Amino acid sequence: MSTNNVETFYDDYVIRRFSVMAVVWGVVGMLLGVIVAAQLAFPELNLGLPWTSFGRLRPLHTNAVIFAFGGCALFATSYYVVQRTSQTKLAFPLLARYTFWGYQAVIIAAIISLPLGYTQGKEYAELEWPIDLLLLVVWIMYALVFFGTIAQRKIKHIYVANWFYGAFIIVVAILHIVNSAAIPAEWMKSYSAYAGVQDAMVQWWYGHNAVGFFLTAGFLGMMYYFVPKQAERPIYSYRLSIVHFWGLIFTYMWAGSHHLHYTALPDWTQSVGMVLSLILLAPSWGGMINGMMTMSGAWHKLRDDPILRFLIVSLSFYGMSTFEGPMMAIKTVNALSHYTDWTVGHVHSGALGWVGFISMGSLYFLVPRLWGVKQMYSKKAIELHFWLATIGVVLYITAMWISGVTAGLMWRAMNDDGTLTYTFVESVKAMHPFYVIRMIGGLMYVSGMIIMLWNVIKTVQMGQATRARIPSTVVHA
Amino acid sequence: MDIIDLRSIATVAALVTFVGIWVWAWSGRHKKDFDEAAKLPLEGDEE
Repeated sequence: MSTNNVETFYDDYVIRRFSVMAVVWGVVGMLLGVIVAAQLAFPELNLGLPWTSFGRLRPLHTNAVIFAFGGCALFATSYYVVQRTSQTKLAFPLLARYTFWGYQAVIIAAIISLPLGYTQGKEYAELEWPIDLLLLVVWIMYALVFFGTIAQRKIKHIYVANWFYGAFIIVVAILHIVNSAAIPAEWMKSYSAYAGVQDAMVQWWYGHNAVGFFLTAGFLGMMYYFVPKQAERPIYSYRLSIVHFWGLIFTYMWAGSHHLHYTALPDWTQSVGMVLSLILLAPSWGGMINGMMTMSGAWHKLRDDPILRFLIVSLSFYGMSTFEGPMMAIKTVNALSHYTDWTVGHVHSGALGWVGFISMGSLYFLVPRLWGVKQMYSKKAIELHFWLATIGVVLYITAMWISGVTAGLMWRAMNDDGTLTYTFVESVKAMHPFYVIRMIGGLMYVSGMIIMLWNVIKTVQMGQATRARIPSTVVHA
Repeated sequence: MDIIDLRSIATVAALVTFVGIWVWAWSGRHKKDFDEAAKLPLEGDEE
């Protein structure tokens, strides 16, 4: 092999590993979700042990699905997309491999430390300070690889998907550093650098931007590459994608305070969060329409292409949850929805419907190409996965809507003499059947994921790791 | 000038910047470049 060859092939080594681990962690994380859902319906399943109690397994579930499943899918697709749209191989290939092993180490550390009860007590930022530092190192390496690849691109224009991935990488670094700032007291124990309502505001500035930049911007990067790719047509409107990007960038940062309506947070701060959340509807729907309209003239492809169906249904869930979110950020709506299962339903319509579906569609696209085969081992299995996942999500979110609105109405119901109509436990009883339905929905969703894992293993066995050649194109003006 | 003025200026500057980007993207001048950029995903690999 001549040294020249090294320059002419994409570097997909680490992408193959991240893709498989995304599916593996997807199964693990979603299974944990079903376990905690079952614990809510049947509390005996806490087993009376601290390590298996809901309070410790729930953060493990959220970390596993968001950061392990979602994170690995983002690493895999961002490394793939940035190479293909820059027509160059990954910069710093060794660092790219370290990001894989480093990131897996963070996940393993979470799986060990969270059930043992080590936590900073901040939602979606539970990991203790030594693990936070390891993640920071991994993230800096990630930024070097990603932006290094952009810097050596052979195409003048930086494709919009890379803008979304780039924003995701930068903002997540900022969020992680600011919100995880803490004074270590000892090994695996620390205290937040902030106090009182400032601590709460920093936490939800983090929390909402984790939604906006980890769970949205990153996955929009996927959308802007894999939807055009699978539909075999360019994105509907490129200029709309630019306004979509900057609209999200300028708006998301302000919306976090809607998580703290009717708390000690100053009233005007709550109102700012509410108004900016309402404004967010516009860029979100602009992006959703942009993805959807890419299908115009090619809708028939949905009939026999389950991968495209995953991608397009994910966009409908993106549209649905970005409508529901602003609505729930309105103070008077929030007065009913907050602290109820409606919030849980909303999160899962975004997480299962949008983030899950777009990742699955993108991974189904990637896996055959990474192992040099024409398509996945079984197309029927993708079909089955699609329907299990779809029915699972719908069961999950409708159950949570009904449960949430019921509980919210019961909590605010008052008798003529000003006493509460219902005791708290009566609302819990009313929620119970929906907890069982939610568990069944989750079970269907994870069953689809297990089928996907089987399908991926079969596809990998069928093919072999291939090197994809960088097209020797004329350099674009 | 106090911190409130600075914050107000920054907020207005952000809004103006965003509207500026919008106008820039929508002015027909870049249509050819954008059309080419939109094709990038379809050209990245030999299939």
